[in-house]
Amino acid sequence: MANHPDAAKTGDLKLSSLTKRFADFLAVDDLDLVIPKGSFFALLGPSGCGKTTTLRMIAGLEEPTSGKIYLGDTDLTDTKSYRRPVNTVFQNYALFPHLTIFENVAFGLRRRGIKDVKEPVEKVLALVELAHLRDRKPTQLSGGQQQRIAVARAIVNRPALLLLDEPLGALDLKLRRQMQIELKWIQTEVGITFVHVTHDQEEAMTMADTIAVMNEGRIEQLGSPADLYENPKTAFVANFLGQSNFIKGTLESTSGADQFVNLQGTRIVIPAARNSSTHKSLLVGIRPEKFRIHNVGDTTTGNKLEGGIVTDISFVGVSTQYQVEMPWKQELMIFEQNDGGAPNLRKGDAVTLSWEPHFTFALDGDEDVTSGLSGADAE
Amino acid sequence: MTRWLSKNLIRIYAALAFIYLFIPVAYTMAFSFNDSGKRNLIWQGFTFKNWLNPCGAPEVCTALGNSIKIGFLATLFSTILGTMIAFALGRYSFRGRSTTNLLIFLPMATPEIVLGASLLAMFLNLGINPGFWTTVIAHVMFCISFVVVTVKARIASLDPKLEEAARDLYATEWQTFRRVTLPLVAPGIAAAALLAFSLSFDDFIITNFNSGTVNTFPKFVWVSSARGVPAQANVIGSAMFLIALAIVISAQIFSAAKARRLQKKH
Amino acid sequence: MAFAHAGTATVSKPGRAGKRIPYLLLLPGLLWLLLFFILPLINLAETSTKTPIAGGETGAYEQTFRLQNYVDAFSENSAQFSRSFIYALLSTLLALTISYPLAYAIAFKSGKYKNILLVLVIAPFFTSFLLRTIAWKQILGAEGPVISVLRSLHLIGADTSITATALAVVTGMTYNFLPFMTLPIYASLERIDPRLMEASGDLYANGLTTFRRVTFPLSMPGVVAGTLLTFIPAAGDYVNAQILGNPTTKMIGNVIDSRFFRIVDYPTAAALSFTLMAAILILVTVYIRRAGTDELV
Repeated sequence: MANHPDAAKTGDLKLSSLTKRFADFLAVDDLDLVIPKGSFFALLGPSGCGKTTTLRMIAGLEEPTSGKIYLGDTDLTDTKSYRRPVNTVFQNYALFPHLTIFENVAFGLRRRGIKDVKEPVEKVLALVELAHLRDRKPTQLSGGQQQRIAVARAIVNRPALLLLDEPLGALDLKLRRQMQIELKWIQTEVGITFVHVTHDQEEAMTMADTIAVMNEGRIEQLGSPADLYENPKTAFVANFLGQSNFIKGTLESTSGADQFVNLQGTRIVIPAARNSSTHKSLLVGIRPEKFRIHNVGDTTTGNKLEGGIVTDISFVGVSTQYQVEMPWKQELMIFEQNDGGAPNLRKGDAVTLSWEPHFTFALDGDEDVTSGLSGADAE
Repeated sequence: MTRWLSKNLIRIYAALAFIYLFIPVAYTMAFSFNDSGKRNLIWQGFTFKNWLNPCGAPEVCTALGNSIKIGFLATLFSTILGTMIAFALGRYSFRGRSTTNLLIFLPMATPEIVLGASLLAMFLNLGINPGFWTTVIAHVMFCISFVVVTVKARIASLDPKLEEAARDLYATEWQTFRRVTLPLVAPGIAAAALLAFSLSFDDFIITNFNSGTVNTFPKFVWVSSARGVPAQANVIGSAMFLIALAIVISAQIFSAAKARRLQKKH
Repeated sequence: MAFAHAGTATVSKPGRAGKRIPYLLLLPGLLWLLLFFILPLINLAETSTKTPIAGGETGAYEQTFRLQNYVDAFSENSAQFSRSFIYALLSTLLALTISYPLAYAIAFKSGKYKNILLVLVIAPFFTSFLLRTIAWKQILGAEGPVISVLRSLHLIGADTSITATALAVVTGMTYNFLPFMTLPIYASLERIDPRLMEASGDLYANGLTTFRRVTFPLSMPGVVAGTLLTFIPAAGDYVNAQILGNPTTKMIGNVIDSRFFRIVDYPTAAALSFTLMAAILILVTVYIRRAGTDELV
C-alpha cells in the first residue's frame, strides 16, 4: 500500500532549527530538540507557547516554515501525515461518531491495507480494558472511556512515536490522576516513544522522564522533572514548575565550591554549582517547602534569615502555609509539613527562617520575577 | 385561572396558528372526497371514487408524471453541482470567495418572475423552444443556491479535527473524504436533495415561463382554476401531503429511536 | 461563527494538483449559474433597450439603446409598482406578527413536541401552493362557509365579497410565506442560551422587558432572514393577485406576465423586470445595512 509507513523508520526524534510563523505571529522559534527513542517526553508550557504547534508539525498536520524533522536517519519534514509512522491522541479525542468503537480502532490498520484486523484490535481493547464496548458508538461512552479508546486507536498501529495533545484536559481530577498512571503504564508496556503536550506542570512531572519547558516558541530548559524543579535556570521555569521565593542579592566572594552572597544584609552560602548567573547582581531562589520556620532564638542549621513577622497562616491539611514579612518589606512564602516539626505560631509572631544551602538556586539579577506566573499571580 | 391563561397564552395562540395553517389543506383534502363533476366548487356528497380513480381527469396524471420526472432530474443535477460548490466554499481557500458567495446569493434574491422571464427570453433568442429540458435547466438553476446553503451549513458543523485524525491514521485525502467526511455530511446532502425536490415540484412561476406546452402539476392546477379544479387534483395534492408527512414523521421516529438506543450507557 | 476561518479548516498540504481542486469543484455549478442566470439577465438588459421595428411583425425588435423604455415602463405602471411593494410590505409585516409568536412558542414552550411542531409548520408545504391558494379562494368565496356564516350573523351585507379584493390578495400572500418567516426566526431563537434570559430576570427585568431587551435583539438575524425570504418573492408575486384579486389589484408581476405572453412587448417586460430587481436590491441593501447583519449566505 502506498501509504504504509516503513517500520524501519524508528529511532530518536530530532527537531532541527524548526520554525513556524503564522502571518504576523512567530509560534515556534528556531527549535532544536532531541527526543530519545522509548522515552516519555513532555512539552510543557502556558497556552500560546508553541507546544501544540510543535506537536502538529511532528504529526504532519502543520507545515514548518523552516527547519527539519528527523526520525532516526529519515527526514520526515516533507512527508505527508498519512505516511508518517506517527499517531496522535487528540485533545477532544476526535473519535469518528459514525463508526463503532471497533471500527474506530481498526481505522488506521485498514487504511494501511491490513486485512486481518480482528486480532490486533481485540488485543489493544483488552489492554485498555474496554473490549466489551467494541460495538458501541463513541457518543455512548463516557469521557474517560473515549480517552482510552483514542489511545487504543493510536497505539494499535505500533507507531514509532505517539503524540498526545493535552489528552487529559477534559477529565475531572480523580479520573485525570487515574489516566496519568494508566498512560505511564501503557508506555512502559508498549515501549513506544510518547510525546505529551500539557500546560499542567504536575501532570508533566508525574508522567514524563524528560520535560522541555517552552515559552514563546523557544525551549527555556530541558531536563528530568527533578532537575527542572530543583535546579531551574530561568525565573520562568522556577515559577512555572511549583512556586519560588526570589530575593535580590549580591555575590560577594567565591571559595572553592562555595559562594558567599549578601542577601539583603545577611551573609549566606550557596554551592557555586547552583548559581547559573555570571553577574554580581543575583536573584536568589528558595522554594517554599525548603524553608524551616522557627521561634526567635531557636538553634538553626544551614543559612538563616532573621527578623521575619508572620502575616498570614493557612492550614491546608497536609501542610501549613505561612506568609512572612521580612525586614526589607518582602513577603516570603513558607510551606511546613504538618508532622509536628514546626512550632505553634500565630499571626504577628516574630520568626527566624532557615534552609539548607544546597536547596538554593541563583539566577541573573535582571531576570523578570513575574515570568512564568499565571494570570492573577502575576499581578 | 388567569394565571394559567397568562402562562399558556402563547401556547393557545400557537394552536390557533396551526389550525389556521391547516385550513386550506383540510379543505383540499375534504373536497377530494367530493362527488363533483368537473368543477368541484360545491359540496355534493361524499365519495371514494376520486381516490380510486386519481387519473380520471384528463391531463392530470401526465402533468403529475412530468412534475416527478423534472423534479428527479433537477434534484439530481442541482444536488451534485451544489454539493461540489459547498465543499469548495467550506473546505478550501481560494480567490474569488466573495464573488462566489454573491453569485450563489443573487438567484435567491431575484424575484421568480425575473428569473423565469429572462431565461425564456434567452431561449427564444437562441431559437430554442421552451419544453421539458428547458424546464429542467431552469429548475437546476434556482435549486443550486439552496443546495449550497444547506450543505455548507452541515459542513461547517463538522469538526475539522476528525479529518485530521483520519490523516493521522494513514488515510489519504481521498480516503479521508470517502470514509469520514462524506458519511458525516450525507444527512445535509439528503436534506438538500429533499429541499430541491420540493422546490422543483411546487414551482409555478419559473416553470410557467419555461415549459412551453409541457404540463406540470402546478401548471395544471393553474390552468384548470379558471374552469374549476377537478377533484382528482385534490386527491393528488392530498396524497403528496400524506406521503411526504409519512416520510418526515417516520424519519423523526427513526432518529428518535436511534437517539434513545444510544442514550443507554453502561 | 466558530468556523469562520475556512483557511484553518483546509487541507494543509496542497500539491500542484491540490491547488486546483477548489476551482474544479466550483466550475460546473458556477458555469451553470453563469449560463442560465447571469447570461439571461445580461440578455434581458440588452432587450430592455430595444424598440419594435416600425411596420414589422409582432416580436421583431431592433437595438436602439432606448433608455427611455425604462422611464416609460415605470411611469405607465407606477401604480402597479407601488401596489406591489405595499402589498409585499403588508404581507411581510403580517407574516412577522403571526409567525414570531408561533416561532417563540415552538422554541421555548413546546418541550418534547418541538420536532413534531416543526414538521407541522412545513407540512402544509407538501400540498401544492396553488391548491392551497385556490382553496382559500373557495373558502372565502361567495359560496363558501365564511361568507355564509358572516351573512347569517348579519355582519356583512348581501353584496360584500371577500375574494377579488386587495385584502384577499394580501392575506393570501401572508399565508403562503408563513413557513419562510417562521423557520428562520425559530432557528435564531433556538440558538439563544436560555441562561441569558435567566440572567435578565435575575437582574430585575420582568418578562416583557426581557423579551424587549434580550430575546428580541438576539433573534434579529432570524427576523432579517425571514423578512427577506418573504418580501423578495412577495414583491414579484402575481399568482395570489390573479387568483384572489381583481383587475384593480394587479401587481407588477401580472404586468410582466402579460407583457410576455399576451401583449407581446419584450422590451417593456424586460425594463419592468430590471426595475423591479433594482428596486428590490436597493431596498434589501439598505435594510441589511440598517439591520446590521453581514452574514447572509
